[in-house]
Amino acid sequence: MSALLSVRDVTVRFGGITAIDGARLEVEPGRLLGFIGPNGAGKTTMMRVITGVVRPSAGQVLFRGSDITRWSTVARIRHGLALAQQIVRPLRALTLLDNVALAVGHRRLTSPVAAMLRHDRRRERERAHTLLERVGLAEVAGQRPEALPLGYLKRLEVARALALEPALLLLDEPLAGLNQREARAMADLIAELPGPSLAVVLIEHNLGEVLRVCPTLYVQDGGRALAFGPTSEVMARADVRAAYLGVGR
Amino acid sequence: MAYEIIVATNVAIAILFALSLNVITGFCGQVSLGHAAFLGIGAYTSAMLTKAGMPLVLSLVPAAVLAGAVGMVVGLASLRVRHDFLAITTMGVAFLFVGIVRKQDALGGEIGIAGIPAPAFGRPGLLVLSVVCVVAFAALAVAIRRSWAGFAFESIADDEDTARLLGIDVPRFKLFAFVVGTAGAGVAGGLYAHQVRFIGPDSFGFVESVTVLAMVIVGGIGSVWGVVVAAALLSMLPQWFQLVDDYKLLLYGALLFATMRFAPDGLAGIATRALRRVRGAA
Repeated sequence: MSALLSVRDVTVRFGGITAIDGARLEVEPGRLLGFIGPNGAGKTTMMRVITGVVRPSAGQVLFRGSDITRWSTVARIRHGLALAQQIVRPLRALTLLDNVALAVGHRRLTSPVAAMLRHDRRRERERAHTLLERVGLAEVAGQRPEALPLGYLKRLEVARALALEPALLLLDEPLAGLNQREARAMADLIAELPGPSLAVVLIEHNLGEVLRVCPTLYVQDGGRALAFGPTSEVMARADVRAAYLGVGR
Repeated sequence: MAYEIIVATNVAIAILFALSLNVITGFCGQVSLGHAAFLGIGAYTSAMLTKAGMPLVLSLVPAAVLAGAVGMVVGLASLRVRHDFLAITTMGVAFLFVGIVRKQDALGGEIGIAGIPAPAFGRPGLLVLSVVCVVAFAALAVAIRRSWAGFAFESIADDEDTARLLGIDVPRFKLFAFVVGTAGAGVAGGLYAHQVRFIGPDSFGFVESVTVLAMVIVGGIGSVWGVVVAAALLSMLPQWFQLVDDYKLLLYGALLFATMRFAPDGLAGIATRALRRVRGAA
């Protein structure tokens, strides 16, 4: 059992609607997995199952050897999961540096009393600065998010998620809303993220960029896992092209 | 001199009460419309104990513990609600407190508790004790604000969903704020009971909860010194000017509205901006 994350036969029903129907997904350590599917495929719901916002009606979610199906979001994050949200949510009262520094220090925030006894933020800020450099935001580290363009805030989301030192990073449409040049630069950045201790799942509508940077693809359609494997093989399948591109049918 | 001491003690107690609410409302954005209930719990606890012979200073400990314990229960209940719903829930707590106390003969029922013993160290001593409590609580608040706990609180007040995604145990921090804040109100209540030496259920009604919320909001939600200044001003005015006392609710309501509408960060925000402008000009 070497999978970092495995979603096993997960079903999610909202009232009478089945958003996910027995979907399976595995993420290997160190991989960059592209997660695609047409609108209404249940991508967001699947992601929410992984982050713990939605509890599945059936099935299991295993992460780093633990069954996390019933865990809270915070427990999952402490266990090595991180999420960069599609709709950017920077903490507006804090500078970019502190947005990231807070995430760097998250392990010190388990108990309010213990957190009260710690004042020094230098080490966390240093680390935060390194992360902001990595995503290309070092020059604006001291600014507050309000005046910055969306492209910057998308990168902030990524830096903040990386600050949690996750084993698995979920990126929810990080390219949405960016122009072509920005999207390309962001996709290049994402392609460089995976490493021995970090796997990345990229949920994205920008198919061109996904195909360019992701070696592995998972395709979901109508709440079911449609295809999973190397990008070229998956995209060669007629059913995938039919579902996703509306051709070949 | 005696009158000035009474006024100063009232101001000190008001500051402590407002600072205690600031921990809940200011630090993690939890609006409470029922904070007077905890002032009441502290006042009743401390008054009953000193009437039974306990020294005032000692009685403040159980006053804080009991208020903090009830605060924790209310905090637990409030974890499930946010924003307006939280305000309504805490408002319910205030009415519940008055409703329960009214029906308890052991707590003096409608009449309340009279003949609360004067502090052994006299009125100047009570003033000193109140000031010591204010300084201690303000120091605690500043220490929290500057620590990593304050850092976490800032993120929770800003956007608690994001704070959660950053691995912060939001419910635990909220509960912590509720316990610290309500325990502080309990101490303020104990001091208040021995300042006025007569308490009844109506001393801790909705009006008192709104008054203290006005102090926090006018001062600048979250700012320790802003709340100190606002609490001092708003508690002094009705003591100096009868007119203000007569129209207290009207005035506080207007102030609340004006602050929310024109300067949501209160006196602290206005001062910070003015300071920045002066520095920018220099």
